[in-house]
Amino acid sequence: MLTTTFPASTRAARRALSFSRRWNSTSAEPPPPGGHLPSIATSKVLRTTRETALRTPGIVWTDEDASGPSREIVGGRETRKMNTYQAVRDAMSIALSKDDNAVVFGEDVAFGGVFRCTMGLAEEFGRERVFNTPLTEQGIAGFGIGLALMGHTAIAEIQFADYIFPAFDQLVNEAAKIRYRSGGTYNVGGLTIRTPTMSVGHGGLYHSQSPEGFFMGASGLKVVIPRSPIQAKGLLLGSIRDPNPVIFMEPKVLYRSAVEQVPIDDYELPLGKAETLVHGSDLTLLTWGTPVYHCETALHMLASPGPSLEAHIPKSLRSAKIELIDLRSILPWDVETITESVSRTGRLVIVHEAGMTAGVGAEISAEVQRRCFLKLDAPVKRVTGWDTPVALQYEKFHIPDAIRIVDALVETLTY
Amino acid sequence: MYRQMQTMRRMEMAADALYKAKLIRGFCHLAIGQEAVSVGLEHGITKDDRVITAYRCHPFAVLRGGTIKGVIAELLGRQAGMSHGKGGSMHIFTPSFFGGNGIVGAQVPVGAGVSFAQKYLGQKNCTFAMYGDGASNQGQVFEAFNMAKLWDLPTVFVCENNKYGMGTSAERSSSNTEYFKRGDKIPGLQVNGMDIIATKRAVEYARNWTVNEQKGPLLLEFVTYRYGGHSMSDPGTTYRTREEVQRMRSTQDPIRGLQRYIEEWGLATEQELKALDKTAKAEVDAAVEEAKASPEPLIKDLWTDIYYKGTEPPFMRGREREEVHYY
Repeated sequence: MLTTTFPASTRAARRALSFSRRWNSTSAEPPPPGGHLPSIATSKVLRTTRETALRTPGIVWTDEDASGPSREIVGGRETRKMNTYQAVRDAMSIALSKDDNAVVFGEDVAFGGVFRCTMGLAEEFGRERVFNTPLTEQGIAGFGIGLALMGHTAIAEIQFADYIFPAFDQLVNEAAKIRYRSGGTYNVGGLTIRTPTMSVGHGGLYHSQSPEGFFMGASGLKVVIPRSPIQAKGLLLGSIRDPNPVIFMEPKVLYRSAVEQVPIDDYELPLGKAETLVHGSDLTLLTWGTPVYHCETALHMLASPGPSLEAHIPKSLRSAKIELIDLRSILPWDVETITESVSRTGRLVIVHEAGMTAGVGAEISAEVQRRCFLKLDAPVKRVTGWDTPVALQYEKFHIPDAIRIVDALVETLTY
Repeated sequence: MYRQMQTMRRMEMAADALYKAKLIRGFCHLAIGQEAVSVGLEHGITKDDRVITAYRCHPFAVLRGGTIKGVIAELLGRQAGMSHGKGGSMHIFTPSFFGGNGIVGAQVPVGAGVSFAQKYLGQKNCTFAMYGDGASNQGQVFEAFNMAKLWDLPTVFVCENNKYGMGTSAERSSSNTEYFKRGDKIPGLQVNGMDIIATKRAVEYARNWTVNEQKGPLLLEFVTYRYGGHSMSDPGTTYRTREEVQRMRSTQDPIRGLQRYIEEWGLATEQELKALDKTAKAEVDAAVEEAKASPEPLIKDLWTDIYYKGTEPPFMRGREREEVHYY
């Protein structure tokens, strides 16, 4: 191993330089091998016991009368340990068994799909109902729209969210607008497009993008991104049964790494509602999908920084109470929950993997500053991917990590 | 059929006049000259077959269960319009007609999906997915061909070749202008789209092929001609000569063609046909007046039919800063 020695003065100068740059740079130092604790595997956000899983906020059991008084019935219900792809598969299995007009199609789904989300569905429900399509994203979307126009439940998979762009016209011009332009004669409420999204660490330009922001202006569509297996199952069943077309984006790095005890019964979670994961009063930290876990890590770093970070996090901030919110539905987004929170905390940091310019954070921060203008103590801060393509070798630096989030928290808290 | 063709032409002429009187705003694409396709198609299929097309959709909307008043009112942007005045020229629907479409080619894979549902449900029906010679070069048309043949869907792809994709002639846009041959393994037929007997027979043949014989999709090319421009803002004479349009009008007109058959076969006299022309004109005139009398859409409808009622976002922005609609 080569060792290079610098004169003490040069070293000091470098350290000073790196310190002064800290506020604008991605991170003070690369994360240690294995990542900062807690990782996804040990996340407190995940519900790993039956009791907590069955008490997931907002859960609606479909075998209960929705119009009756809400009850927290836990007894008699079972859970099973599942990762996200198994939970997604479970949701589709329920949809297929309860609805004869439901079909699942996409590239390679009959073999289980790239991420195994459809494993065994073709064997269980037949190849007429779970079938492969050609590599033809625009065709898949158009085909699904036609199917949904006939009143069918079309569950289509676009193999990677990066491949959704060829289908963009069909989704924005047809799926989103058909109800409006036909004056209510037709709709494609039965259409759900599933697609794996966000970075995987080594996806590169066409396998790590987060295109949710491109759909923000497409009123008529809904966009949903779950953070965990329980959320994935409940939100996917909610999306499939929602009477509007839904784009359901599954964070691909969570397919295997996020594991929870998932209720085996049929249940839904509400669309259009954010969930507050950690309550706080000093700053609102808003995110969705994979960065939920980076944010959780950042909260730990803020509260008890390791030796390498200690110098950078003022002692007065370590007891700050940060409110962590998972947005879950990107379109329409839960403006009430977010503005209520920001009105209390006076500070907002938004974290997403897509680039900053005209990302989802731009829309949210514009609306928040309008509604909470006099309540804000600091400018809304966005921690996002850069406005560059997601280049393979730079992916770690592209995607917001816990260090960048801590940096934003400190900056916003000390503004 | 004669009366319907004449009525469709009168309706499109009325739309032309209304556009020129500045009562119809926005886009308006007329199908004058192509009546044998729409009327012939309707007479060759059943009520439960489905049709989807892009531009030049007005006659289909009427023939598939709509009304002239509904179409004209939609063009005028009135409440009595078939999409309540929210769609306009390309956005007219009936339960068996999936409308026009503003994105040429986008309707073709949608049509494949519709016919998949028919096959899945075991219905004895098929879907006619129509597109023009211009749209035939869109990639998704070929995507739809492939899926339909792969799964042997009851889809009849109908290329209405009116020789010009907007202002570019077929020869200048397509390496192969024999559109009926572009389906790869899907067999195709070329049909004289100016002869309604031919179009009707071809459609019956295609329906039998896909529904009764279950041989999978079929491609039909109707060679036709539009007398007007692509849209109202196109005079239609910059990329083709007036003589060409005149020649087509005088030698190939689908209505005159049928008239000649009727007279040759002694089915009706000139007087009787003239009477039909008159009733067609009167019917259209009355519908136009009714449509004109219909009020414009209400402001509240600006925000309806975006999401299913009850599942909307909490609010939607309106036309100006202060106008935000809360659901």
